[in-house]
Amino acid sequence: MIIQHPLLGPRDSSEFVYLGDASLIDRPDWQAENAAEAFHDYAYLRDNPAGEHRELWFHEGGDRSWLVVTRNTVTHEISRVELARDVARTRGRSK
Amino acid sequence: MHDLVALTALGGTGPESCTVGSVSCREYPDIALASVAARLGHEAETRTALATLTGHTAPDIGQTSGHTVKAFWTGPEQWMLEAPFETHEDLASMVKGHVKDAASVSEQTDAWTRFDLEGPDVRAVLELLCNLDCRKMAEGDAARTSIHHLGCFVLCRSADVFSIYGPRSSARTLQHAIIAAMNSAL
Amino acid sequence: MTQVNRLGGGQIDRTKTLNFKFDNRNYTAHPGDTLASALLANGVRLMGRSFKYHRPRGVLSAGSEEPNALVELRKGSRKEPNTRATTIEMFDGLEANSQNRWPSLKFDALAINDQLSRFLTAGFYYKTFMWPAVFWEKFYEPLIRRAAGLGTLSMQDDPDEYDKGFRHCDLLIIGAGPAGLMAALTAGRAGSEVILADEDFALGGRLNSESFLLNDDQAEIWVAQTVAELSAMPNVRLMPRTTTIGAFDHGIYGAVEQTGDHLANLPTGKPRQILWRIYSKRALLCTGATERPIAFENNDRPGIMLAGALRSYANRFAATPARRVAIFTNNDDGHRTAADLHAKGVKIAAVVDVRVDAPTSGDYEVLRGAQVIDTKGRLGLAFVEVGLADGSNRTLDVGALGVSGGWNPNVHLTCHQRGRPTWDEGLSAFVPGETLPPGLAVAGAANGIMTTYGALQSGAQGAAQALELKGDLPTLPEAEDMPVRQTPFWYVQGCSRAWLDQQNDVTVKDVKLSHQEGFRSVEHLKRYTTLGMATDQGKTSNMGGLAIMAELAGKSIPETGTTIFRPPYTPVPIATFAGRLKGQEFHPTRLPPSHYWAKERGAVFVEVGNWLRAQWFPLPGETHWRQSVDREVRQTRASVGVCDCTTLGKIDVQGTDAADFLNRIYCNGFAKFAVGKTRYGLMLREDGIAMDDGTAARLAEDHFIVTTTTANAVKVYQHMEFVRQCLLPDMDVQLISTTEAWAQYAVAGPNSRKLLQKIVDPEFDISNEGFPFMGCGNVTVCGGLRARLFRISFSGELAFEIAVPSRYGDALMRRLMREGEEFNVVPYGTEALSVMRIEKGHAAGNELNGTTSALNLGMARMVSKKKDSIGATLSEREGLNQPDALMMVGVKPVNSGDKVTAGGHLMNASGPVDAANDQGYITSAAFSPSLDSHIGLGFLKNGGERQGEKMRLVSPLTELTVEVEIVSAHFVDPQGERLRA
Repeated sequence: MIIQHPLLGPRDSSEFVYLGDASLIDRPDWQAENAAEAFHDYAYLRDNPAGEHRELWFHEGGDRSWLVVTRNTVTHEISRVELARDVARTRGRSK
Repeated sequence: MHDLVALTALGGTGPESCTVGSVSCREYPDIALASVAARLGHEAETRTALATLTGHTAPDIGQTSGHTVKAFWTGPEQWMLEAPFETHEDLASMVKGHVKDAASVSEQTDAWTRFDLEGPDVRAVLELLCNLDCRKMAEGDAARTSIHHLGCFVLCRSADVFSIYGPRSSARTLQHAIIAAMNSAL
Repeated sequence: MTQVNRLGGGQIDRTKTLNFKFDNRNYTAHPGDTLASALLANGVRLMGRSFKYHRPRGVLSAGSEEPNALVELRKGSRKEPNTRATTIEMFDGLEANSQNRWPSLKFDALAINDQLSRFLTAGFYYKTFMWPAVFWEKFYEPLIRRAAGLGTLSMQDDPDEYDKGFRHCDLLIIGAGPAGLMAALTAGRAGSEVILADEDFALGGRLNSESFLLNDDQAEIWVAQTVAELSAMPNVRLMPRTTTIGAFDHGIYGAVEQTGDHLANLPTGKPRQILWRIYSKRALLCTGATERPIAFENNDRPGIMLAGALRSYANRFAATPARRVAIFTNNDDGHRTAADLHAKGVKIAAVVDVRVDAPTSGDYEVLRGAQVIDTKGRLGLAFVEVGLADGSNRTLDVGALGVSGGWNPNVHLTCHQRGRPTWDEGLSAFVPGETLPPGLAVAGAANGIMTTYGALQSGAQGAAQALELKGDLPTLPEAEDMPVRQTPFWYVQGCSRAWLDQQNDVTVKDVKLSHQEGFRSVEHLKRYTTLGMATDQGKTSNMGGLAIMAELAGKSIPETGTTIFRPPYTPVPIATFAGRLKGQEFHPTRLPPSHYWAKERGAVFVEVGNWLRAQWFPLPGETHWRQSVDREVRQTRASVGVCDCTTLGKIDVQGTDAADFLNRIYCNGFAKFAVGKTRYGLMLREDGIAMDDGTAARLAEDHFIVTTTTANAVKVYQHMEFVRQCLLPDMDVQLISTTEAWAQYAVAGPNSRKLLQKIVDPEFDISNEGFPFMGCGNVTVCGGLRARLFRISFSGELAFEIAVPSRYGDALMRRLMREGEEFNVVPYGTEALSVMRIEKGHAAGNELNGTTSALNLGMARMVSKKKDSIGATLSEREGLNQPDALMMVGVKPVNSGDKVTAGGHLMNASGPVDAANDQGYITSAAFSPSLDSHIGLGFLKNGGERQGEKMRLVSPLTELTVEVEIVSAHFVDPQGERLRA
């Protein structure tokens, strides 16, 4: 597969390491009342769609950026690639 | 002055080199390296400091620039600086003196081994080594890629000259891969 | 022997003669020949025996679709079985042998199978070798293995080299026939980056096999001119001998270039084959079409071949299987073969055409409405029995029969990404479907355009459309544009031993039987009868099987279905996929800075991940590794030892938020610790399980060096980048690996400080007061070399780790050895390192094994509840905090001579030994020279409160039972007095 890196352009997927569902960005608040339950869901529960899937890829053999890749798991069509850092910020993550 | 003898990454006291057909491959140990990563909110300052250090605008994505001290892009707001070892062994502390708190600097001199490939058919060798579109690479282009499962930087110095930086501990493996590709392609 | 069946003309170089051997007989050939064409020219029709019935077989085709003429090529370690004679390019000195026959090709003992054929029908193996079950391993399997298979392996290492490579282009054109050449010309002239790949050694495709004209010249002249023009274009790369084997995601194609198969001897260093990964923006499939046979009784005798192949051999290779031939066809193309052979002086006995309205000829007889009903000839075709339209029979005395059942477009690559071909009624064939691999278009015969002019035109248009070219296309040469005329005809009624799949010996009767037994799906049919399952993947047989199935089911062919083609298009040696990644080069080797020194010392090495580390350093007279390791441990604990620990991962963490960042990464507190200090840290995974441990040294307010275990260096760095970019994007922290930049040595033992005081420059105070336990800092050594010093200990002794730039690592090791002589310094390897850490009770990879929590490791109190760190929340969950949770303990045998074995399980002193009563297990074990006893570390239920208990250590697999005592994991210096000395 070819991943259109937002900074580097088309790069072979062999340069990347796959992690999984991009929902891993949405790490729960450790002080919330239901933290234990929320962390359980965060750590263990994943959707497994036949179709569009937002997933995390790490450009280990490249610029070491984490990317959020929107990929159709049926056709392997990649419709969108974003820097995970930007996605994390839009999802309200900071420090 | 200390009296410890330096070895090259290939384990010799001097660099190894070999030629196959029209292409030569030379180990290039006489280079000092330092990584520079801009601190959050200090990107512009870092670029300015790099411009002063290299005598050239800080290189953009996939680019390299500079004169005695050269820089190449390695990641978002992150560069590698290279300079002659003889005169710049303390490159990291020198760079840190320039960028001060605008950037994080890390000595990388001996993290890498460098091989320079030179010759008119050098691209025929590179296409057996990595998936970069080497035929399209022009002077000043730099890219990170995988060679024989090793994370490497490939820099185009001029039409016929490329540098490959690979992990120092695997210098022997990298050299073997390069020479095998030279024998194969040339 | 003379080339008795060599014709005039052809694209062979008669000025050179090549010698070759087949079954140890000498023959001659010319450059341009294949092994198959050369054998035919030499009057050899019999080339092999079939898979199941050992029937005599000759060549069926003139290309890579060949099912029959499989040979063992070359000798010794280079011997390659099942190589298609039709694609072997002739070279001087070639040696090949027929296969699947004994004692000889002409007399084969297992040909008896042919007489037993009525027992060896579809599903024979499934039905026969079932009962009794005990017979399977001892009797049936060896029997089947002996009888089955075609060629034999050399059983030696492949001595050849193979490469992988990467190429990029705007347009990849697959196939260099009329469509491909015209496409390349169109794209090349427009300046695009073009790769034109063809499996043949001669570009031109079908044009090389035809007699007709392009403009006013022979087709081969146009081919030569076009290839010459393309060769001169720097933007066009011609890749003959290159088979595109698969269409992968996003425009990536796999292609195998046979760089050395046509050479008698491979020059040193040159690969035999290169597996190219071609990155294309667009691709054009111009793979042409494959002729299909018609099934009739005994249609497999040597001399019976595809009509188009007969024409190829005559026109291109100037060879014929016989001087007197017949043709059996259902379409006009068969007549083309007759006309071409007639023109070459080959006698046409008759053209047998199933159509009553077949064209006639003034040159030879055409039998309209006739069918071939049987053939005769023991080792090669002698007679063809024809059933005439009027019901009478006629026998033709011929040495060859060309068969044409029409042509199937080569749609294979269009199916590699779930594409399904669609049925074309006019062609009675499958053509590419609507869903193609993105970026791929199809031109020429592969797209069902069966005329030469149509191929040229669609090639030019295909290239122009793919590249969105504006303006005029190159002028097309004038070429034949005859429409396809055929009547679908798959097999002759009433036949039983009529072969569909000649390689796997599947007959019309087998297909009928499988239908009768209830196999309705094409995929089931394939697997039950093995139709299309051989090395040719049914290129000439699938359609026939499908047509018969459709007829039996009373459905149309498209309703019955088609099988999907998968990569690779033709067989690829496994070695080609491996490329250079074999033997020592299977993975990169990482050498630590002291490697060359250690080699001089005679060290024994061990692979740790990719690292090659010294395991121990034997001295003269030491005959067992334990002697060396025990000595290294004793000497280190008594005085001082040095070990290369460069392999530990080192990550430079900088930035104003670096301390906060580490506080999130590690489960224990990191926010407040002083510059110049080092701290032990435990990293958890988010699920509360330990991920890795190590130390963080604070060199400045905003600068830390984090160490990881050797094994987890890459994973931890990746994890830290994940947390930095995905979870804490606004933290000011920068990461970079410095593992390789610094040579780092552990100097351990009571005299380690004294030794280092001779190395570290005197202005640095490394006394216990000036540089206490867990101290760190920048120093200089040996008169001014920059270095880093850490007072940390894995061995439990007073110890330091000293780091210098890697290029000086070798010199520093030699200096430590020289300066350490007065202290009786000893270098120690990973084995002694491991013994000492077990003695000290330090957890390592065996304990951080992906199932253990901080609590299990005895570090529950380290997990800070006052902060948010990865894994902290889930480490508190109930399941990980049961009262009888596993806790790390030490074990010692009760009887001093007994051994502790890692992997053994702990059971109570009495009671049953089974999983239900399992109390824990041993993770690490060693002989401790310090205690003069075997010792072990492990996990035990409620282990914190069971010290002093006697238990049984069992390993049912090795029938081990040892009585052990549970003790503290800290066997040596439990109070840590040595560390702080």
